[in-house]
Amino acid sequence: MTLLEVKNLSVEFPTADGRVHAVHDISFEVNAGETLAIVGESGSGKTVTNLALMGLIPLRTADVTGSAKFESHDGVIDLIKINRKDLQKYRGRDVAMIFQDPMSSLHPFYSIGDQIIEAHQIHNQVDLKVSKARAIELLELVGIQGAAERIKAFPHQFSGGMRQRVMIAMALVNNPSLLIADEPTTALDVTVQAQIMKLLSDLQSELKMAMILITHDMGVVANAADRVNVMYAGRIVESANVNELYANPSMPYTQGLLASVPRMDRAHTDRLPTIPGQPPSMIELPTGCSFNPRCTRQGEVGGTKCQEQMPELTLRGESHLARCFIGESA
Amino acid sequence: MFAYISRRLGVSFLILLAASFAVYLIFAFLPYDPAALTCGKNCNDPGIIEANRRRLGYDLPFFTQYFLFLKGLFFGRTFGEGAALINCPAPSLGYSFQQHACVTNLIGEALPVTFSLAIGALVMWLTLGIGLGILAARFRGRIVDQLSTVFVLIGTSLPTFLTGLMLLVFVVIRWHLIPFPSGNYTPFLENPFEWAQILFLPWLTLAFAFAALYTRFVRSAVIDTSNEDYIRTARAKGLSEGVILGKHTLRAALAPITTMAGLDFAGLLGGAILTESVFNLPGLGRLAITAVVRVDLPIIVATTLLAAAIVVMMNLLVDILYAFIDPRVRVV
Repeated sequence: MTLLEVKNLSVEFPTADGRVHAVHDISFEVNAGETLAIVGESGSGKTVTNLALMGLIPLRTADVTGSAKFESHDGVIDLIKINRKDLQKYRGRDVAMIFQDPMSSLHPFYSIGDQIIEAHQIHNQVDLKVSKARAIELLELVGIQGAAERIKAFPHQFSGGMRQRVMIAMALVNNPSLLIADEPTTALDVTVQAQIMKLLSDLQSELKMAMILITHDMGVVANAADRVNVMYAGRIVESANVNELYANPSMPYTQGLLASVPRMDRAHTDRLPTIPGQPPSMIELPTGCSFNPRCTRQGEVGGTKCQEQMPELTLRGESHLARCFIGESA
Repeated sequence: MFAYISRRLGVSFLILLAASFAVYLIFAFLPYDPAALTCGKNCNDPGIIEANRRRLGYDLPFFTQYFLFLKGLFFGRTFGEGAALINCPAPSLGYSFQQHACVTNLIGEALPVTFSLAIGALVMWLTLGIGLGILAARFRGRIVDQLSTVFVLIGTSLPTFLTGLMLLVFVVIRWHLIPFPSGNYTPFLENPFEWAQILFLPWLTLAFAFAALYTRFVRSAVIDTSNEDYIRTARAKGLSEGVILGKHTLRAALAPITTMAGLDFAGLLGGAILTESVFNLPGLGRLAITAVVRVDLPIIVATTLLAAAIVVMMNLLVDILYAFIDPRVRVV
């Protein structure tokens, strides 16, 4: 069942230097219970895409267009077109979000219990005691020991990993059908990263929740995702099931990303491959394919086609889309 | 927390002791003979001067005098003997020969005036400054914000004596809205209406200057806090904009205001010299400035010491209060 259907989503920020095309005409779907990973470098538009879905981009600073049909608890709504005030009743209830930096994402002046209880209270007309019991239940679920006591503690009394667990507990308190996790492990150290990712995927199968996982860590993607969208310069450049993507990456950018992951089965004397160059300025995108200045396989296309024309997303296999002239079926 | 407060109280006591010593040095180093000053301008009778010197203890060595001053604070003090005996009970801050009164009594009369002035002004400027600051932040770049910028500019650049005089000239003299300040003060408990009528313009004068500063501060604090990650979290939870502002943004943005308001209030309690002078209010500021003009040394020492004590105590109070607001600075 399709839970979320994003169509032609674009986000532009007018600035003094020109319009920043942070997200450019992207479309994708998320099915109930599945994990969609969105990967790409910093500035590729992953976070902006999801902030737009949550209605967290201030309207006076940006133009958000397109649609995002979402199956909510009371029928299909459009997350983009809906009035911001009406969106409040779905945020935190049907769609929840956890953020990159757990150190700054919790309010420093309120106890973690108060913050989780607050999230439960807004969407449920129940007694405070019920919400408190729910908060303790969730804290136990995310692996915080002595939850009944710890509920009174303040964020500064927790480590980064623990705070991210609190954020997860808070996001899940209303049983959302979709969780957006924006680089949930980037700010944490490696051992904690693995714990948090394990926790997220366990909870996801337990609660039958769909997840959009934003990350730039291809290792995390391989373990957690069902489908993957690769983004570059505000566009989706490749989209496929995770196994298909890792087996047959079709876009040179995806190939570069996968090649740059350190692997145990490669000789450690080889230099780790990198993608040359820098991500482009979002104000002045290169003409043609946005990736062309960094692409090492342009020769296979021949001529100046890559500099002149933006390739379309085309089908490369069963539900495998890629944006590249190479391998396009004529 | 208790240990922390006791420790801070101990430190405060030491600071005040040091301050009292520094202030008392006025007696030793100012080029005035305190005994000669007791005798009035045209007094040339060395007999009277020497008699007063003995009565007030100015003939004793400096450290003995200082010690007697401190002792007087805790146990009271008597000056002179026999029929001319003057008794100033504890806490005695000395005796003003020029005003023929114990300094403590003079302060006891002036302090309620200054306190009424300061507390009223505080309420006014907090209401105005916080309210306007929030509005300006909420409607950033819009007309409310621009008007508040104008207000801030005027408020911070006009000196209080000018605002005060302008209020006097227009509200009192031209428009007769409020009777001319008589120099008398009516305590709140005696007649609250008259109390407020006398103090209204002085409140306005002080509040105008402070409110401008607070508006600017609150505006930027609210804007900064609105950009915090935890405000985005609050929005992602589904909270309404009203709750986000009222509960999440303001709690964090206004915390530093506690410190600011406490210290500004303490500063005013020490005596709002200009405002009290313009409006002819018999408060601490006027007591102090009159004493300076007349070189009434015991009053100068006492008012300076009192101002220091108020600042030290208010600092302590603010720190304790802050711990209740911000759990991160709580001492376990």
